[in-house]
Amino acid sequence: MSVIFILLPASLLVALAFLCAFIWSVKDHQFDDEFSPPVRILFEDGPVAGDEDPDRVHPNPTTI
Amino acid sequence: MADPATSKTLCHHCGIACGPGSPRLEDKQFCCEGCKMVYKLLSDHGLRGYYSYNKNPGLNRRSSVREDKFAFLDEEKTAATLLTFQSATESHIRFYLPQIHCSSCLYLLENLRRLDRGILSSRVDFAGRQAFVAFDPRLISLRKVADLLTTIGYEPCISLKDLAGGQPLASREKLYRLGIAGFCFGNIMLLSFPEYLGLSAADTGFRTVFRWTALALSLPVIGYAAQPFFLSAWSAIRKRFLNIDAPIVFALLVTFLRSGYEVLTATGSGYFDSLAGIVFFMLAGRYLQDRTQRRLAFDRDYTAYFPVAVTVIQQGGPVSRTLPEIRNGDTLLIHSGELIPADGIITKGAAAIDYSFVTGESFPVPKETGEMVYAGGRQSDGAIEVLVIREVAQSYLTQLWERQEFRQNMPAEQPGSFTNRLSRSFTWIVMAIAVSAGTYWSLHDPGRTFPSVTAVLIIACPCALLLSATFTNGNILRILAGNGCFLRHAQVIDRVAAATRIVFDKTGTLTESESLEPIYTGTPLSDLEKAAVAATAAQSTHPLSRALSRHLQSAGMAQVHAYREVTGHGIEGSSCGLSVRIGARSFVTGRGEAGSHVPDDATRIYVGIDGRLTGVFDCANHYRPGIRQWIRRLPAGIRLTVLSGDGDNERTRLQELLGPSADLRFNCRPDEKSDHIRALQSHGEIVMMIGDGLNDAAALRQSDAGIALSDATCQFTPASDGILDASRLHLLPAFIKLCRANRRIIKGSFILSILYNLIGLYFAVRGQLSPLIAAILMPASSLSILLVTYGASNLAARRFRL
Repeated sequence: MSVIFILLPASLLVALAFLCAFIWSVKDHQFDDEFSPPVRILFEDGPVAGDEDPDRVHPNPTTI
Repeated sequence: MADPATSKTLCHHCGIACGPGSPRLEDKQFCCEGCKMVYKLLSDHGLRGYYSYNKNPGLNRRSSVREDKFAFLDEEKTAATLLTFQSATESHIRFYLPQIHCSSCLYLLENLRRLDRGILSSRVDFAGRQAFVAFDPRLISLRKVADLLTTIGYEPCISLKDLAGGQPLASREKLYRLGIAGFCFGNIMLLSFPEYLGLSAADTGFRTVFRWTALALSLPVIGYAAQPFFLSAWSAIRKRFLNIDAPIVFALLVTFLRSGYEVLTATGSGYFDSLAGIVFFMLAGRYLQDRTQRRLAFDRDYTAYFPVAVTVIQQGGPVSRTLPEIRNGDTLLIHSGELIPADGIITKGAAAIDYSFVTGESFPVPKETGEMVYAGGRQSDGAIEVLVIREVAQSYLTQLWERQEFRQNMPAEQPGSFTNRLSRSFTWIVMAIAVSAGTYWSLHDPGRTFPSVTAVLIIACPCALLLSATFTNGNILRILAGNGCFLRHAQVIDRVAAATRIVFDKTGTLTESESLEPIYTGTPLSDLEKAAVAATAAQSTHPLSRALSRHLQSAGMAQVHAYREVTGHGIEGSSCGLSVRIGARSFVTGRGEAGSHVPDDATRIYVGIDGRLTGVFDCANHYRPGIRQWIRRLPAGIRLTVLSGDGDNERTRLQELLGPSADLRFNCRPDEKSDHIRALQSHGEIVMMIGDGLNDAAALRQSDAGIALSDATCQFTPASDGILDASRLHLLPAFIKLCRANRRIIKGSFILSILYNLIGLYFAVRGQLSPLIAAILMPASSLSILLVTYGASNLAARRFRL
């Protein structure tokens, strides 16, 4: 049962890793806007008149 | 699409009722050419999805924006401060678009690249109502981007703050604290389980390790996560009173110290899990409340209200400049209706300055050439020229705001607040119990003194009381906001619930200004005359003038000279070489102007050109549909008053609409309105006023709950306590009932939390409060209160059909 002295710190470290992941995701603006992501995936893309490359993808400007 | 209430066809784009003869395209009807144009534009570029995601998602395009409104964006320096990124091939800009309100807006704004090849991509931050656009500056200019957004109905609100270089980020601190508190809470709880479940006393090794780890984990909670409570309680104590955070802080400190003492002296396991639990739940409650508040226009910084570009008169003529570029000695051209951005002296023109923004008094102050005018005033007559003698100090403007904001927005410090009074008496009661328990035990069994006193202070936590108020208020605010009623903060809910009298403004509030269709009788007007009349009418902010200028929409806005507005009588000006007079008959024909304060008919607008009466516009007082019905649905006991600046020809009709007991007063000047409200309040009435944000500013401020009726929530009004979407006015009875339900729900959950406290106190005064019991009681009370308040408020909303 004394193995718990190893297990306890190990599990705390794992939990800490998740906490860091959470803090990182907040820093990464992921929690800034809760409305858009679920709605965005439901939009449909139709063909655009006059655009040779309708699937042209341009990185989104999210710099503040 | 027909509106069931009035069986009129609704505009496919914006949802406003269409009048006769409104434009059609394919099989869809629109209320005006503007809306039809937007539809066509979107349709041509494959963006019909805009209309499929939401019904009538568009914004009314009837009133057009000045063409050169965004001319200042052509300047390199200005553009440079606004752009967040710039290179030869790509520029990024962030626009604040307060009109964003639904998923269709999201769809359209993220598909901007389909409208113009120059736009590379765009992304929306919905909560912050912002759009980030990346565009190619070689193909499209920043100004054209702004113009494009305006065309589709999303006119960017560019503010001083943006020019100064960016906004501070939304507070992420709350999330960090919440995350850390949650992490510590969960782990401490796990570490406490062995003791609760009977760790044998022989395993002292384990017990010590667990307890010390719990102690270590509680340090970030007290030291970082609970900071907001400490800061708030400290700032209140410095002002010599106890606010609602004081008992929480007290409980936290006592818990921490006692638990630390127990662990250090190995006499017990401490109450770290309760400690972390309190902090976690309180933070969660506040975060949820914040999230609902973010949606509201009130969070908007005051500096957003100020004009960003002013016209400066230079050698070559009037030039558009941004505020920070204004220097002492510059001469500014202030148009009618514009805000004065800097202190100065009038060099040309006679002014009538409306200082409602600064003093709340909207009665214009007349100023002559040579007199001083101050920043923050609004010019309400014609155009004037002002020589700047003191530069715009952003600090002055923000000072103005802070002074107003501070006066009006003191959430927790409101001494009369229901929650505050309760929590203060709570603190004293708990103290009394602790003292009496301590005295009792010190006489009978001294060993139990310390445990019982500290236990009482630990367990008797007002956090459940506060949580119930926080959650309920937050939820109610959210429900109201979802229905178009944005209240400034939770205190307003109480005042709306307590209202004994509702005061309505007439024009623009009970009547619809958007769909007034003036009908002309008289000598037909030539195009030139129409342009002149439209331009003169456009100078005024009176709803009738706005309706007139909208109706006479001409291609461009002509110049108007020598503009003069006589409140209650009419307006006059020179335009296109013609001298125009619009207003009451006596004013237009020049007979009996002074003293004839009662116009024959407030809704007939007479027009005179070059001295002769040409004809009259009849504006039917178009009351909002369904008034009679929803007035009847108002809770019994609420009395009604109408304060109108117009004449009393509408008396019989209004009396019939509002019921025989309604008090109708006409010919009220703005200061008379606020005086009347003051008189009502001196009789003990609690007054809720619904009016026009800008013209009724003083009255709104005077009333206990001043609600500004608005058609576009960008119209931020510092004087009001709430904004109500004009199309949702018929929901007013439901709103009031919901606010009243709010009090009942909070009272109910108070009782529930008092019950929990009593149970806990039972154990505490006996000195028998084990950490296990504390650990069970605290989260149980918080969670159950949460469920009860959330559930009850949602049920109430459903019952009132919100």
